[in-house]
Amino acid sequence: MINRRDFCKKTMIMVGGLALPLAAFELFDPKTLRAEKTDTEKVRWVFLVDTHKCVGCGMCVKACKIENETPYDANVTRTWVERYVITRDGKVHIDSPKGARDGFKTGKIDIGGGKFEDIKPEEIDKAFFVPKLCNQCDNPPCVQVCPVGATYQTADGVVLVDREWCIGCGYCIMGCPYGVRFFHPVYRVAEKCNFCYHRITKGMKTACVDACPFDARRVGNIKDPADPVTKIIMTERVNILKEEYGTKPQVFYLGLTKEVK
Amino acid sequence: MVHGEAWTVKELFVYPNEYIYWTIQIVMYPFMTGLVAGAFVLSSLYHVFDVKKLKDIARFSLVFSFALLPVAMMPLLMHLLQPQRGIEVMLTPHFTSAIAAFGIVFTTYAMIVASELWFVYRKHFVETALELRGIGERTFAQHMRHLLFSALTLGAYDISEHALERDEKAVKVLAGSGIPVACFLHGYAGFIFGSVKANALWMTPLMPVIFICSAVVSGIALCILTYIVTMEIRKFLAARKQRLYPKLPSAAELKSAEVQVVTMTAKYLVMFLILAITLELLDLIFRGYTAVKSWDILRSVIYGKDFTNIFVIQYGFGNLVPFILFLLPGLTIRRAVAGTLMVLLGVFMMRWNVVIGGQAFSSSFAGFMHYHLPIWPHDMETYKEGLFGALTVIVTPYVLFWLFNKVMPVFKETH
Repeated sequence: MINRRDFCKKTMIMVGGLALPLAAFELFDPKTLRAEKTDTEKVRWVFLVDTHKCVGCGMCVKACKIENETPYDANVTRTWVERYVITRDGKVHIDSPKGARDGFKTGKIDIGGGKFEDIKPEEIDKAFFVPKLCNQCDNPPCVQVCPVGATYQTADGVVLVDREWCIGCGYCIMGCPYGVRFFHPVYRVAEKCNFCYHRITKGMKTACVDACPFDARRVGNIKDPADPVTKIIMTERVNILKEEYGTKPQVFYLGLTKEVK
Repeated sequence: MVHGEAWTVKELFVYPNEYIYWTIQIVMYPFMTGLVAGAFVLSSLYHVFDVKKLKDIARFSLVFSFALLPVAMMPLLMHLLQPQRGIEVMLTPHFTSAIAAFGIVFTTYAMIVASELWFVYRKHFVETALELRGIGERTFAQHMRHLLFSALTLGAYDISEHALERDEKAVKVLAGSGIPVACFLHGYAGFIFGSVKANALWMTPLMPVIFICSAVVSGIALCILTYIVTMEIRKFLAARKQRLYPKLPSAAELKSAEVQVVTMTAKYLVMFLILAITLELLDLIFRGYTAVKSWDILRSVIYGKDFTNIFVIQYGFGNLVPFILFLLPGLTIRRAVAGTLMVLLGVFMMRWNVVIGGQAFSSSFAGFMHYHLPIWPHDMETYKEGLFGALTVIVTPYVLFWLFNKVMPVFKETH
């Protein structure tokens, strides 16, 4: 008959003995394994924004709204342009009236609630425009939080929404640190920029890229070393937005400064 | 109009697509599930830990918890933009999402509460069914009641001493296994918020624990309050009936029993209240001390824009005042009513300050959003996401409780 002391001793030895070989096993993620063996995907869509070239004309926003049937006057948009004005006192003034659909027609800064702030030109230290769109993150939080899997990532990296499946809970909107998602006013489901997936997969450029008169926006395939966008990303000093969230965004910026939110 | 535009006012720089998307119904959701979990934990204190003094309120809170259960789902459905697809959360869950666990946790919990209730009320079901069966010429209403109670017995008519003992054992096991599930149900509601890394106010691993503690607080408070209200009605009825049937308990007897139950339950309330406040303050202090990137905007929301909501209503009226009320010696019924009402207000405001407060600032950290609760509904959207939608959610459990009480009389001696 085994006594209690022996039983405890033997249990400890057994647990210890089992733990060692078990630790030798590693859990494999099939996706990671496949990627390590042969990276079969030939395409990974990325975006490049050159903030030096952007003049805030808003042609991209206009083109996007028309191309993707986002109601023109609705106060939501798949892409927008932000204006940054940094004054001598170190203050950062930011606005994006109507997502800059009509460009920036006055020097006054929209501070919400129908009010505007006048800034004297001689007070300005620097000012610039930053176009924004979905970052098609490599680790998209919106896909992670969708309770029904209505939003998903394609093999070529773009995050899409299934309008027939979305229940409209808004969790993905809450989960996105970049604020790119919204509810479509007509379909009443989650909506976002998808790099004009219907166009890029057919060899065209996105609507905003085509509409930009200054070449500030470019779309490319990072898996293709010959792609001019890839070349710039690989050789020049590019930056990304909100790296701290670990989302691995795939929209790269030239000329990003610390003031950009 | 874009969803959210009707009740959102923006200030300074807010991203164009940002609105207050999660509104009053999402405040109601954790509030209601909190009540469910709290009511259940209270009833389990008697069933599992054998706190005899809670016997009276235990059965009551179990039935009440069951009445609250369907209502925990209501605010979620009312908030969905495609409510007809809501069932997909259960049918095609996407398990990396915290919400996807809802179907599993919720149904598990519902089954535990339902089966526990069945064991508690089995004797009553059998007796009623047999009694109705004994009547030769049944009226239509009696016939329907007979059908209902016969169905509720599930064919188990054995109510011998031995069988009832085994029932009690089953209740104990179910109540015991229910506690972790109830905590999970609510803790996971906290996880839904706590895991949103994009929201600086929500993201903290303490969120689920804070939610559980305040859930238990609110659940106990509501049980005390509803218990007092029903006892008052009973006292009123007893005073009238006693003239006819002197054998029934007198109003004075009922009152002494009532005070005893309330005093005992209030002790548990204060215990959980201390725990909840400690954790909330810990979270606040930690945020201020570590002062990461988001602290600037959080500070202006917590100590500026939402100061009244957080420090005056939630901590002041909702926590501190009831704390004093309950701790002063010689608890009276009137003071208990005032205390529980304030505790409920406090927990509601805590949910409000988390859900609405978490959206009071833009994720650009450069602007604010103000929420204006739609009072009078102009259309379906302002009804669902407005005051009247919230009131609908509040009233429903009482209607259900009244219905359930017809079948499972809360105050009748069973075992």
